[in-house]
Amino acid sequence: MNLFSIAARSIRQRGLASVLTCFSMALGVTLMVAVIAIHGVVNESFKVGQYLGYNILVGPKGGKLQLTLNSVYYLDEPIENIPYDYYLEFAPQDQREADFEHSLQQHAHDIHWELTRGMQQAMGTSLSSGTAGLVTQLATTAVRLDAEQSLPGKRVGQFAGPFTFLAIPLLLGDYYESFRVVGTTPDMFGTMKYGPSADRQYEFSSGRNFKTHSKEHGFFEAVVGSVVARQTNLHVGDKINPRHGAVDGHAHNQPFTVVGILDSTGTPNDRAVFVNMEGFYLMADHAKPVEETESEEDAEEDAGDDHEEAFDTITPLPIEQREVTAVLLQVDPIFSVGLPNQINEGPVAQAVYPIREISKFFGTFIGPVLGLLVVITLMICVVSGVGILVSIYNSMSDRRHEIAVLRALGAERSTVLWIILFESLILSISGGLIGWTLGHGLVACASPIVEAKTGVAVGFFDLAPALPPYLPISPELLLVPLLAILAIAVGLIPAIAAYRTDVSQSLGK
Amino acid sequence: MLELVDIKKSYQQPNGDALPILSIPRFDVAAGEQVVLVGRSGGGKTTLLHVIAGITRPDSGQILFEGRSIEGLSEAASDRFRATWMGYVFQTFNLLPAFTALENVLLGMTFSRKPVESGRASQLLDRVGLGDRMQHKPTAMSVGEQQRVAVARALANKPRLLLADEPTANIDTANQQNIIDLIRETAEEEQISLVLVTHAMEVADQFDRVVHLEEINELATQTSTAATTADDL
Repeated sequence: MNLFSIAARSIRQRGLASVLTCFSMALGVTLMVAVIAIHGVVNESFKVGQYLGYNILVGPKGGKLQLTLNSVYYLDEPIENIPYDYYLEFAPQDQREADFEHSLQQHAHDIHWELTRGMQQAMGTSLSSGTAGLVTQLATTAVRLDAEQSLPGKRVGQFAGPFTFLAIPLLLGDYYESFRVVGTTPDMFGTMKYGPSADRQYEFSSGRNFKTHSKEHGFFEAVVGSVVARQTNLHVGDKINPRHGAVDGHAHNQPFTVVGILDSTGTPNDRAVFVNMEGFYLMADHAKPVEETESEEDAEEDAGDDHEEAFDTITPLPIEQREVTAVLLQVDPIFSVGLPNQINEGPVAQAVYPIREISKFFGTFIGPVLGLLVVITLMICVVSGVGILVSIYNSMSDRRHEIAVLRALGAERSTVLWIILFESLILSISGGLIGWTLGHGLVACASPIVEAKTGVAVGFFDLAPALPPYLPISPELLLVPLLAILAIAVGLIPAIAAYRTDVSQSLGK
Repeated sequence: MLELVDIKKSYQQPNGDALPILSIPRFDVAAGEQVVLVGRSGGGKTTLLHVIAGITRPDSGQILFEGRSIEGLSEAASDRFRATWMGYVFQTFNLLPAFTALENVLLGMTFSRKPVESGRASQLLDRVGLGDRMQHKPTAMSVGEQQRVAVARALANKPRLLLADEPTANIDTANQQNIIDLIRETAEEEQISLVLVTHAMEVADQFDRVVHLEEINELATQTSTAATTADDL
């Protein structure tokens, strides 16, 4: 018979009271574990936003937090848009030139069409092929001379260069079911990497990355995040029709074909649908409202109303009709210090450090609320601890005789003190372990919902993450030591009462 | 084996006055001797046993146990000494209800400096006729059986001195003799000195040495009445 088994037997003797006391502690710890888990999930869900592989976010002027929330987490509504040609300031030279050339061609085509129609109307007959060719040549030359001066696509790449490693545009505004549809370039999953060290390549559980243009689907390819695929049961080959502007907005007629399902990344990208930017622009109501030409109307009709046979005839939207919601920039850390100031001083856009905004948001709003919740649950545990004190202390009057018998059998005062402290420890720690199990069971049951909402998966055995710099280890690892301290603190009063028991008075005969 | 010399003990009354209980110039028990102590209720018999066991500290005097003075031991040392060398049978058995008969007997060894021998605990229960009741809790036993468990517990640590405080007072007459026989036989077998307190003369008459408390305690007569108010000293 050791002291521990004597204490355990004494607890069993007071069966119902012990169970209720233990249960009270278990409930306290369940709450605490659940709150710590929520804290961890919220913390982690914001932290993974830092793992997306870019360090600066450029968007329209307005709230920095709003820009971060909608561009990183796909939460909240976009502020506004910035012109596409501003995005080109970050783009590499070959892309700028290609886009500019495309824009010139579009203009030349429009002018050629206008001139030809005017001449036909004036001459009352159709032009010969030689004349039409001449018209086209004239139009192209005229447009090039004019457009080189005036077209917004002629950008010098003010922020491009060797220090800007990657610039990826984001276009927001549409939804598929309750998930955001994000227009972007294939670089999003081809070139950009993610993870704490930005070294993890996006993988596809099935299919492939979307292309800017493919023979099979033209501009209309989509890639689906893992959570979206699971919840909407989308597979490669399925077609989706994004809804315009809101979850309950009208559905675009132009479908996108799902060509890839992303592996789970634990990032907000698991909860979004990514479509080719060129296709996104070509959907009805996505062109920036400028002076309309028939060619635009044609493009909208082609792209907006009908179907896949028209792929060959659809051309991308001219750049002056394009806007982007945000640009994700991966720049050299040294260059990243001055770049935001340079952008912010201009009239068009703002640049934010998403990590800083997330930390600020977390520190200002989320952190204190979660901290308060932790404090409240700690207080619940202390109240449960006081319950243990009351339970043991109340039993002391009945147990003086039992303690006196133990003393008469030779137990020292310190021995009976430890027996009472062991009782308190057993009740606290077993209550704590039951509470931990219940808490983690609760979290594990809620895990599918939590993962769907936040992208953070929590398993039964997953401990809440550490809270550096305050706590370098998981707070759950402190549970047993803290409960032991609490048990000793609350057990000390009845233990001292036991220690002071007068043997000859309490023993009777 | 046991010598008490000039032992004095008094209790403090609620009004602050001292109530003298014991004044024993000398009391000896030889090794292996069986002594029965008789006296009127409240004469200080239980207090004397508590003083010998170290449960109560005397105000003055000397207690020699096999030549070693034990009255000056610290409380913890006195507890250990009692746990190791003495056995105690109470009038009210004082078995712990949460524990089985076997565990109650094991408790008699737990606090001693000797190794805990569960085999000896089983043997003792066999010897007191409860070999088939080892896993029973006290509440499932008759009072006679409970006292037998208490006797086994008192013998568990192989004591040199067994103190028994009216061990038959709470049990029926049919069982009284069994308990007395059990205590005397086991004490004799294991060469244990025995001091047994009783007010039953039919029990006392069985012992070779009968000590009347009044013979050794100078205060026995005057305290017997007053002591009834002091928790039956």
